[in-house]
Amino acid sequence: MTTAQHDHVGPQPYPEHYEPPHGPRWRLFFGPGLGRALWMTPLFFSLGMFLVVGLRWWWGWPPAFDWTVIVAIGGMVAAPVGFLTGIGAFDYWLHYISGRPTRPEDHSGHGATSWKDYFRVNTDHKVIGIQYLVTTFFFFTVGGFMAMLFRAELARPGLQFLDSQSFNGLVSVHATLMIFLFIIPAFAGIANFVVPLMLGAPDMAFPRLNALSYWLLPIAGVMFLASFVAPGGAFGAGWTGYAPLSVDGPVGNIFFNMGVQWAGASSVMTALNFLVTIITMRAPGMTFWRMPLLVWANFTTSLLVVIATPFIAGSQFFVFFDRVLHTSFFTPDGGGYVLGYQHIFWFYSHPAVYIMMLPGFGIVSEVISTMARKPIFGYRLMALSLIGILVLGFSVWAHHMFVAGMANWLRVPMMITTLLIAVPTGIKIFSWIATLWRGRIHLTTPMLFALGFVTMFTIGGLSGIYLGAVPIDIHASDTYFIVAHIHYVLFGGSVFTIFAGIYYWFPKMTGRMYDERLGKAHFWLTFVSFNATFFPMHYLGLRGMNRRVFDYPAAFGGLNFFITIASFVLGASVVVFFYNMIMSWARGPIAEGNPWRSHTLEWQVSSPPPIFNFDEIPQVVGGPYEYGVPGARHAVLAPAREVEEVPV
Amino acid sequence: MRRGIVQLVALGVVIAVLLTLVALLFKWLPSSASVEFNRIQDVYWFATAIAIGIFSLVSAVVIFSVWKWRVPLDDDADGPPIHGHTGLEIVWTAVPAVLVIAIGIVSAVVLAKNGEAGSTPPLQVNVIGQQFTWKFVYPGYGNKTSGELVLPIHRQTKFTMTSVDVIHSFWVPNFGQKMDAVPGIKTTIYVTPTRLGNYQVVCAELCGLGHATMRAKARVVTQGQFVSWVKGK
Ligand code: HEM
Ligand SMILES: [Cu+2]
Ligand SMILES: [Cu+2]
Repeated sequence: MTTAQHDHVGPQPYPEHYEPPHGPRWRLFFGPGLGRALWMTPLFFSLGMFLVVGLRWWWGWPPAFDWTVIVAIGGMVAAPVGFLTGIGAFDYWLHYISGRPTRPEDHSGHGATSWKDYFRVNTDHKVIGIQYLVTTFFFFTVGGFMAMLFRAELARPGLQFLDSQSFNGLVSVHATLMIFLFIIPAFAGIANFVVPLMLGAPDMAFPRLNALSYWLLPIAGVMFLASFVAPGGAFGAGWTGYAPLSVDGPVGNIFFNMGVQWAGASSVMTALNFLVTIITMRAPGMTFWRMPLLVWANFTTSLLVVIATPFIAGSQFFVFFDRVLHTSFFTPDGGGYVLGYQHIFWFYSHPAVYIMMLPGFGIVSEVISTMARKPIFGYRLMALSLIGILVLGFSVWAHHMFVAGMANWLRVPMMITTLLIAVPTGIKIFSWIATLWRGRIHLTTPMLFALGFVTMFTIGGLSGIYLGAVPIDIHASDTYFIVAHIHYVLFGGSVFTIFAGIYYWFPKMTGRMYDERLGKAHFWLTFVSFNATFFPMHYLGLRGMNRRVFDYPAAFGGLNFFITIASFVLGASVVVFFYNMIMSWARGPIAEGNPWRSHTLEWQVSSPPPIFNFDEIPQVVGGPYEYGVPGARHAVLAPAREVEEVPV
Repeated sequence: MRRGIVQLVALGVVIAVLLTLVALLFKWLPSSASVEFNRIQDVYWFATAIAIGIFSLVSAVVIFSVWKWRVPLDDDADGPPIHGHTGLEIVWTAVPAVLVIAIGIVSAVVLAKNGEAGSTPPLQVNVIGQQFTWKFVYPGYGNKTSGELVLPIHRQTKFTMTSVDVIHSFWVPNFGQKMDAVPGIKTTIYVTPTRLGNYQVVCAELCGLGHATMRAKARVVTQGQFVSWVKGK
């Protein structure tokens, strides 16, 4: 799937020794890159503004300068398109469409030779993977600072140094960044780097689409952050943005409505890319039943993304229309249906919690099998339980609405499906611990995070059972018990697996080894302070502390103070992580190709891998986790005709 | 291996006992002041027993495995190639399924009971949420309107809720029952108070800048006190 195949179609092949037609100064401002984006973004903004003001003036709608509409059209639609055009995300396609010769830097931008290459449109899945990870960890840091700010506010009852608008804004933007700019895209980043390698493929199926999906992300992130400067402050209706509060609230809400569109478009494009890559680009011999579980996990996640994401896009457009066009999808006075918002939103957002978890399941399966030196216990059931979660995940959304006033009869069926999801989830937990059984356990940092995940996620799953049981949920819904649940599944769950994955593939990505002692310090600091921060929240919620409040009864003061201190330690633990990553990347010891002696394909090439991954397409001859089976191979890299197939 | 299993079980039991102590020694739930919350608490304890069992099992196996089978990082042997065990896999699919269905049945029964009107007609209270106050209307008593919720003890009360602006959520932690007040529709819950005293009405759904302070007082009084309150001005 390299670009060579396309060349006879439209664009002409570029010469062997390509000389750019213009000098460096010209290229800085008119060639693809940040320099061109710098002037194209404001240019497009002005075009959008001109369109809005011109039309309003033409039709005589006062005021001609309506800033809500100008910001929405100029700032949130036109300017991002200008940015993408400037940076060069469309150059190849535009050249192709207009029949001009395409330029090599538009489509062979493979590999990175200096740090500057990471700030360009690059089509190499390994470069894109790292772009994703660095970007998402940036937003993780920003979101984390916000959490510490409002935790400081919550150290004592009453208002200390924030006002209620900035409190609501911080809580909402924190959650939004963590979900849409950290967990979901960080998994996409890891998968971007690893999945093509695991499949024995030279790249993703659509490398340019891949680059475009990455560049949509910072747009969404900047949009969410920019809402803080909107008049009236940042969007403050929570990451759930329930109508009609989000329709009536300050204009900051449209930053959420539109930011979600860009983040959502990014994930849909990536998901399509993964689906096509996984279906069509597996190395010869790699049947579905020989795919590593990380690939299975990203396959099911991508299906979830493609099916569910259009629903949140729709819900946010409708809220936006209710505000700007005065439609009434969700506002009662115009005949709208308030609960409709929640149904549509959760029809995406429940599957989205699995979008935020299944890739982590994949990572943990890789880590546990390799580090315990044993095949994954019940490989096929592990893959099938992913499919089970995928299917069931679409039939439970109303468990977020047990107290919302929806049709009463829906509660019991949705409770049953919700509780049943615990079954495939349980299968996975039990299979992981059975994989540990009688293994030879290497307690490396990724393994520590994987085991931390297994136990913490069990707590999150169990509090999920409480919430799935309608009578308990009626008491616990909208309280700190929910906050505890989501952090046990999203922090103890997803974030722990992201850390496990980063440590595990760090030698592959950078060619260097991280510091094991610092890694372990990071784990224990995180593990302890995570529990100190979030476990007491179960108690607070059940005792009567509702969620998303800056003030609470004085009786909860002591525990909240304790939680705030613990959350600062949790924040500090991230510093250890960053220190380890930066120092090791710069001058850690050189890593071997396969330091974990893993069987999967990404470890059979050098660290970091060559530009097109494999000199020859590998031949897959057996399952991915055949540890302990004498002479078993997952794949052979040389032409493999004489190698016998190993029965699975 | 026999000895190992004994050790594992002992470890699991120790964890379970510790967790049971944590569950019993702290007062995790507010004291119940309604018939409905009594039933909810039964479901809570049922789920807690199951949760303690499952968590003890999982954490015991993890700790035990690491303790028994940890090897130095430079060890380069592999473990035994065990690929699965159909019997075990059936067990850990079926047993959790049975447990969660049991929780589901208990929950469905409690839910039905908590949503049932008793034989004597309930006291009707209409609840209106508005940024950021509560209003309680007693249609049976000449639409008496109050910013304070006053209820007679041992009398089933039917709350009918709505909102005039955005979504709010009516919750009295000691009653256990909660329901959103949604503009454009009417929602209901039942509460039968069982203890005299003062409680708090809390808004549980984010409703804007004053959400944290959207509280009201609730009082449970004797039937006689209620009648004189409701007939007074
Ligand atoms: C056994 C598995 C699980 C069950 C039975 C379960 C059940 C539930 C229920 C019933 C709620 C709604 C509570 C309420 O709002 O009143 C809820 C909320 C939530 N769950 Fe789970 N859950 C499970 C696993 C997960 C996982 C794996 C994730 C994500 C990785 C997750 C993320 C969330 C989030 C983010 C919310 C809160 C949404 C909000 O902001 O209101 N859950 N869960
Ligand atoms: Cu859900
Ligand atoms: Cu409220």
